[in-house]
Amino acid sequence: MPPLAGKELRIVGFLCNWCSYGGADTAGVGRFSQPTDLRIIRVPCSGRIDPLFILRTFMNGADGVLVSGCHPRDCHYSEGNLYARRRLEILQRLMPFIGIEPERFSYTWVSASEGQRWQKVVGTFTDEIHAIGPAKPFGVSMEQLEKQMAGVLASPENAGAEKQEVERAAS
Amino acid sequence: MPHLDELKSAIKERLPELDFVIGWGRGFDPIHATPLFMRTEADVDKLEWGPLNVHNTATYLPSLRGKKVGVVVKGCDSRSVVQLMQENLIDREDLVIFGMPCTGVVDLTKIKNAVGDLGMVRDVQISGDTITVTAGGKEHALALADVLNNKCTVCQYHNAVLSDVFVGEPIEPSVPEDQVYADILEFEEQTPAERMAFWESQMNRCIRCYACRNACPMCVCRDHCVAQSRDPNWLSQRHDVGEKMMFQLIHAMHLAGRCTECGECERACPVDIPLVRLKKKINKEIKELFDYQAGIDPEATPPLLAFKVEEQNIREREW
Ligand code: SF4
Ligand code: SF4
Ligand code: SF4
Repeated sequence: MPPLAGKELRIVGFLCNWCSYGGADTAGVGRFSQPTDLRIIRVPCSGRIDPLFILRTFMNGADGVLVSGCHPRDCHYSEGNLYARRRLEILQRLMPFIGIEPERFSYTWVSASEGQRWQKVVGTFTDEIHAIGPAKPFGVSMEQLEKQMAGVLASPENAGAEKQEVERAAS
Repeated sequence: MPHLDELKSAIKERLPELDFVIGWGRGFDPIHATPLFMRTEADVDKLEWGPLNVHNTATYLPSLRGKKVGVVVKGCDSRSVVQLMQENLIDREDLVIFGMPCTGVVDLTKIKNAVGDLGMVRDVQISGDTITVTAGGKEHALALADVLNNKCTVCQYHNAVLSDVFVGEPIEPSVPEDQVYADILEFEEQTPAERMAFWESQMNRCIRCYACRNACPMCVCRDHCVAQSRDPNWLSQRHDVGEKMMFQLIHAMHLAGRCTECGECERACPVDIPLVRLKKKINKEIKELFDYQAGIDPEATPPLLAFKVEEQNIREREW
């Protein structure tokens, strides 16, 4: 069994302050159940998202990244998301080229009133990441990784380490 | 080179109105050409043209802004000139562009692989389709086609896309346009794990010398490059594969829609990392998405500095 089976994965969401962050909030207020793997980073506009944020996030060990902004034509700054769409599309097509599975990155549009849509987006995306499992960090071979993980889980301080891991993940 | 003399007299004619003209001359040995800065007619006589003219002469232009310069270009170099103009990094009126049809330049790594040590070259003769390199006491006759730079084997722009003086007969593209990205499609047949393993093994050799960046005609940030900035701190000093790859991704993304595939990054790399492959991939997507190629039209806007409200070719995901 893979060492992280059943655990949370690290998924990072870049959400626009004006729409999708509100949408996620709406989903929360409406008490729609959501997976808890997503760590949200609030940005002023999807146009603020440098594609390098996403690449850096993957290089730092994320298993998935989701970007969500205002629907086209609805941008608070009128055209930020239209520039973002071009950049994000290029990035999405580049990522598989360096070996990051295409499922791990997605971008979409969710407005502040679309709590239900947010629930669906985050649920679908998280399920897809779980289906392919944790990402292999760049520059670490699969064998090295399994050895490391096995080492952590088998050590006497295992319980403590695991607790720490859970706390770290929850923070 | 039948037209070289014609080119030289054209340069001499314009020289009085210019600070200097950039071209190529013989380097420290017969195989390494070197950029040549021609100020006098005697300098112009040293101009060479041929498969050893590997450098992109456009690389110097942004730092020479304010001077009146002439520049001798191959087709690919001329695309860099156009791209620099498009981004308002050089001034058209201060520039005189000299072009000749280019039949291709060599990849010195390929020659090195064929002859062994490039430090021992005594003589180079080029005649027809053959380049004969005398190195280590031996003569190696190599077919030019075998040691040509990859970019030349699929070149679509042998003739300068923009020039004030053009000498010689224009040449047709090397291959049909739809074959330019065949190597990218082939690489993409591998699984993601194989592709990552490929880049890991390549990046493993990187020594973070940044020669790739310094040689790139479109890398114009100079001291403000994010690779060295501490605020924001995009890259640590760690020497691991992830940081090295991250730098290449920064370079590739900063060149998205601007890279003219001149190959200088790859040529400058001391450890032969196939850097153009990453950039070609992005160019292929830009061509598909926006029907756009960098360095063709001085009036065009790079696609990532523009948008359409309805994008014809972007199919977003349905949730
Ligand atoms: S890419 Fe074309 S123009 Fe450039 S060196 Fe090769 S053949 Fe010449
Ligand atoms: S990234 Fe490489 S191929 Fe592209 S313009 Fe720069 S040096 Fe030329
Ligand atoms: S030139 Fe090659 S070795 Fe130097 S930083 Fe670039 S990729 Fe690394």
